[in-house]
Amino acid sequence: MKEENIICIACPLGCNLQIIRNRSSIIIKGNRCKKGEDYAIREVTNPTRILTTTVKINNSFLNRLPVRTNKPIPKDKIFKCMELINSIEIDAPVKIGDVILKKTLGLNVDVVASRSMKKV
Amino acid sequence: MLEYDIVVIGGGQAGLAAAIEAKKNGIDSIIIIERDKELGGILQQCIHNGFGVHEFGEELTGTEYAERFIDQVNTYDIECKLVTMVLRITNKKIVEVVNSEDGYMCIKAKSIILAMGCRERTRGAIIIPGTRPSGIFTAGAAQRIINMEGYLIGKKVFILGSGDIGLIMARRLTLEGAKVLGVAEILEYSSGLSRNIVQCLDDFNIPLLLGHTVTSILGKDRIEGVVVAKVDKNRKPIKESEKIYECDTLLLSVGLIPENELSKDVKIRIDSNTGGPIVNQIMETSINGIFACGNVVHVHDLADYVSEESKRAGRNAAKYVKGEIKNSKNVIGIISGKGIRYVVPHYIGVDDIEEYIDLFMRVDRVYENIRLSVISEAEILKEVFRKRVCPGEMQKIKLPLFHFKDRKISSIKIEVREGG
Ligand SMILES: Cc1cc2nc3c(=O)[nH]c(=O)nc-3n(C[C@H](O)[C@H](O)[C@H](O)COP(=O)(O)OP(=O)(O)OC[C@H]3O[C@@H](n4cnc5c(N)ncnc54)[C@H](O)[C@@H]3O)c2cc1C
Ligand code: SF4
Repeated sequence: MKEENIICIACPLGCNLQIIRNRSSIIIKGNRCKKGEDYAIREVTNPTRILTTTVKINNSFLNRLPVRTNKPIPKDKIFKCMELINSIEIDAPVKIGDVILKKTLGLNVDVVASRSMKKV
Repeated sequence: MLEYDIVVIGGGQAGLAAAIEAKKNGIDSIIIIERDKELGGILQQCIHNGFGVHEFGEELTGTEYAERFIDQVNTYDIECKLVTMVLRITNKKIVEVVNSEDGYMCIKAKSIILAMGCRERTRGAIIIPGTRPSGIFTAGAAQRIINMEGYLIGKKVFILGSGDIGLIMARRLTLEGAKVLGVAEILEYSSGLSRNIVQCLDDFNIPLLLGHTVTSILGKDRIEGVVVAKVDKNRKPIKESEKIYECDTLLLSVGLIPENELSKDVKIRIDSNTGGPIVNQIMETSINGIFACGNVVHVHDLADYVSEESKRAGRNAAKYVKGEIKNSKNVIGIISGKGIRYVVPHYIGVDDIEEYIDLFMRVDRVYENIRLSVISEAEILKEVFRKRVCPGEMQKIKLPLFHFKDRKISSIKIEVREGG
């Protein structure tokens, strides 16, 4: 049996989770909700993160449009994904949720706009 | 003179949530005054996720969270004046504003909701000796420059202070290709959320130097480095431990202060611990009919808590306009006991209690395995167990109405009880 303590990052409450691993099972304690359990299991099997950043936008009142991955991506793909996002430019107007990059890096994940931005 | 039932000052999360709730409670004549070009406040520069898990049941970015509320403001057809600055309010509830279109204007309100948010402490507020070269930013200003204006502020960065904005910026700068050398925190614990230490520092192997501070800044025109030292238990730097970090940028993430020039001007009573107005459970300040909510009252780490508190302010401002607030002399004081730095609200107006009361508080240091106890005289009204609490994470306790009904309580005290 192996015990490990991690902090849940699935929401800002940041519960302290204990992960107890047997040969055949993983037991999670200390989570205040189901999300915590899912997070802990992912963290010890295939750690992922939502990536949030910005992309260059033309003809709006701001220079950058905030974007995010619509699902978490593997941690080791974060910098590759940043490179890709930094290589593109888009034009206003944009609506929140618009897909900016489809099936990013061959993953089943899209990069989407995280706010609307008018054309000016 | 223009007249409105409710004037909301500030169109950030707090102002939006309060205005929507006042509208839902039957008030049509509402105006939001915002000095920026758009609504949303600080959320518009928060491109990171972690908002709304409790309000919406999903993890949104700050911008997504703001847009949901702005959409509601539009759906409910609530009037807004942007690029308009509130200069002064009077105790007769006249709001003096200025903008480039209408010039100077006075607006008469039946009720005012203060939602001006907070501002960042600057280098002046912490005093570091050394030169004054360029390349020194507050973390929030850096966040705005990078996320909205789209400029990278430096390549080798050191961060002083482990507040959430600093942690979030450590990750942001790293993603954009800068090297973050370290984050120094003078205390023995971080003032940021644990989740941000994990996903902003640990994920990128950025060292967190607890019990350290910047003792001097090097460089003439542009910053060339900082001197970092360990501190002793009186927070005095230890000379022998000094180490130079070569960097072109220093970020300061040393805390936020509620923005209360307007409140102080009209002599609203301010709590020196929070830096914000003294309020009761319906978020009414020491002037009847003037309410306050969000970061202007006390600095919040969770947008959901801001929304909750602001809905309460909006709902009760609506009641005030309709003449339904009793404001009787029947009040219960709230005392911050052992281990508690502050509690909001500061007192309870018994005859205006809704179904329950939310107490928000911060502890004065890190504790493990404690109970937060709400006590009246010797009786324990409520107790909650916490495995770990730290000043960076606001605590909330819900107290139902039955605790107060038909009882003579003059004050309640909240304290930290150690030992199981
Ligand atoms: C950098 C940062 C990161 C955060 N990260 C998270 C997170 O990850 N998760 C989470 O849940 N919460 C987070 N929070 C907390 C939460 O989002 C904020 O506390 C909340 O949005 C504050 O809302 P507010 O309306 O009180 O203040 P603000 O958003 O600051 O709004 C105040 C508004 O009032 C306006 N104003 C001020 N004075 C005047 C005047 N005289 N006249 C006219 N207008 C005026 C300002 O322009 C501003 O728009 C974060 C906060 C900050 C600062
Ligand atoms: S376990 Fe649930 S409540 Fe606790 S931090 Fe994770 S998501 Fe939040």
